[in-house]
Amino acid sequence: MSFAAEKVKVVYWDKWTGPEGRSLRAVVDAFNRSQDRIEVEVLTVSPVDRKTLVATAGGNPPDIAGLWAYNIASFADAGALTPLEPFMREDGQTADEWQARYYPVYQRITRHNGVVYAAVCQPAMITLHWNKQLFREAGLDPERPPRTVQELDEYARKLTKRDPRTGEITQMGFLPQEPGWWPWVFCRWFGGQLFDGENITLATDPRNLEAMRWVASYTKDYGKDAVTKFASGFAGQFASPQAGFFSGKVAMVFQGVWYNAYIREYKPGLDYGVAPAWPSAVPGIDDFSLAEADVLVIPRGAKHPREAWEFIKYLSSPNLQAQSREELTGIELLSYIQEKNSPLREWSPFFANHHPHPKIDVFRRLSASEHAEITPDIGIWTEYHREVLAAFANVRLLTATPEEALADAHRRLEKSWARHRRSLERHGQLPAKQNAEVKP
Amino acid sequence: MTRGERRSFFTGLAFTSPWIIGLAVFTAYPVLASLFYSFCDYSILKTPVWCGLENYKELVSDDLFWLSLRNTLFYAGLSVPLGTIVALSLALLLNADVRGKPFFRVLFYLPSIVPIVAASMLWIWIFNGQVGLLNWILTPLLAPFGLTPPAWLVDPTWAKPALILMSLWGTGNAMVIYLAGLQNVPKELYEAAEIDGATGWRRFWHVTLPQLAPVIYFNVVMSIISSLQIFTQAIVMSSAASGGTGTETDGFPARSTLFYTMHLFATAFYDLRMGYASAMAYVLFIIIATLTWLATRISRDRLN
Repeated sequence: MSFAAEKVKVVYWDKWTGPEGRSLRAVVDAFNRSQDRIEVEVLTVSPVDRKTLVATAGGNPPDIAGLWAYNIASFADAGALTPLEPFMREDGQTADEWQARYYPVYQRITRHNGVVYAAVCQPAMITLHWNKQLFREAGLDPERPPRTVQELDEYARKLTKRDPRTGEITQMGFLPQEPGWWPWVFCRWFGGQLFDGENITLATDPRNLEAMRWVASYTKDYGKDAVTKFASGFAGQFASPQAGFFSGKVAMVFQGVWYNAYIREYKPGLDYGVAPAWPSAVPGIDDFSLAEADVLVIPRGAKHPREAWEFIKYLSSPNLQAQSREELTGIELLSYIQEKNSPLREWSPFFANHHPHPKIDVFRRLSASEHAEITPDIGIWTEYHREVLAAFANVRLLTATPEEALADAHRRLEKSWARHRRSLERHGQLPAKQNAEVKP
Repeated sequence: MTRGERRSFFTGLAFTSPWIIGLAVFTAYPVLASLFYSFCDYSILKTPVWCGLENYKELVSDDLFWLSLRNTLFYAGLSVPLGTIVALSLALLLNADVRGKPFFRVLFYLPSIVPIVAASMLWIWIFNGQVGLLNWILTPLLAPFGLTPPAWLVDPTWAKPALILMSLWGTGNAMVIYLAGLQNVPKELYEAAEIDGATGWRRFWHVTLPQLAPVIYFNVVMSIISSLQIFTQAIVMSSAASGGTGTETDGFPARSTLFYTMHLFATAFYDLRMGYASAMAYVLFIIIATLTWLATRISRDRLN
């Protein structure tokens, strides 16, 4: 038999090891078994984004790369990605038609300036998680999460404990920097805009300032030294029993759909709740949430783009009739093993009704929210992100006022943005108009 | 050149060619290419576009460039002299006639062979503000004065000093070189000094130190070079302290540990601005070359 020799080998680089890596391999194996023409081979590569970029520059990229969603804008501007619409058209659909399978937030997360560059691989929604036991101890209703920011602050006060002897903080209700992965989203949460499609609006949008004032209020109200010292005890701990939420030191935390599995691993039996949405910060923005995703892209110059597309299609088109674990395929199989939500509007009966995450409905509902937020679509996001992180740290540590911190970052970002556009222009890449984020 | 000489010349060349080719391909070419790119708008996937001195001009007005340079000079300015003093003192102590000398030598050298990432993970715990070993020692010492120790890695004022403190842990290599240097000091000089009535300190000042000068020069130059390139431990520790906030190159907290090479790395590999990063690399090269030249000048004046 010579069939095996004729199979096209598709090289797929991904970042995950451990349980995530194993589940990705399970899906790849399922794909390889489902047909006899293509063999996808997964390689774990770290850090996958930079290695992919260098390999692409060297003319020898993988056929598929599992990047982070925030890579898309800068990679696309660098000319490192293959637009996916031509493949969709070969299948007789426009990008919009093809992507209609996704919830709007996941349509947006795969695009840069309206062009589709990626498929969603490991989707996640993020919302407030709270420790019911600590709520009980503080005399709060353990079944009722805060519904507004005012309530969040009030609960946080009630949930904070100090050592009566030394005055040191031993437990806090909430800490803006725990986990501190998305400080920029606080601006969006408060209704602010980071980028309007044309200009940087970090310091010019007053609602961003409101958000940073709120961040500073935590340091001011509880005392800078006390908070710093308290937080340093578990700073940087996430996948560890010492993490703030697992060790009962922080009672409320924004985390993603993945948290259930981590809680089971690091604090089995923790009695926790998942809030139906972020507490509302400003009128008119309800059901706020943050969406994140790993994405699959086909780097420019990939040897087997068509076969890579076949795998992407398999992943994005699961068996929506699945009635059992064995019948799950594609993204549903992956999300089932990872206990995450599916990015698709339609879920198979088995996936929807026998999902291992007890609160999966919350995350599904949030996926559909029109206030589900994603990383701003701007080619200088890596720099923007660092600027926000630095501003956030300065605000929180009171080393700068919120006004100063945002103005400082804004000034540098304006310069970078102008330079980035100049560079795109130089390379003949500047689109007729920088589109604003695609709204659902 | 006779025929035989020419032949042995080419034979020699053939035998050294693996190294020569390696140097040309992996060192000389990148060094020259990056000089070219430093005058270009270049993001590795797109064709470089010549932009003259634009990158260098932008450096002058880039406040993060200046901040990272200040942070780096602060670090080097303290860690080089402190490291030299610690390494030299250890070498002097380990050169003394004490029991178990080999054991102590191994003990003090050991940290240098711990991989830098592993050492960083260890020090993250030592510097932990709440349960760290360092504050466990400092808290009772400072308590009588009504002071509390800082939270080190998460405090913008203390994150750099923490890294300097950690750098002293890895002085084993310099220490071994000093030790070798000390053993080369002729015994006669000490005997002569003793006959002249020189005591411990004077013997150190007038015999040991001058004899060690070339070794000190070598160690200082090496540590200037390496401390201006501080990277790994800063990235590992600042990103761990920040809780892995997406990019490890923001110099957490509040850019207090944003060192030159980190800023360069972020610019090159996150922002994909290879041209600008190449310009930064050349500026650092000039700084290091200048400092090395200065150290050579000073030590030459002293040695003569």
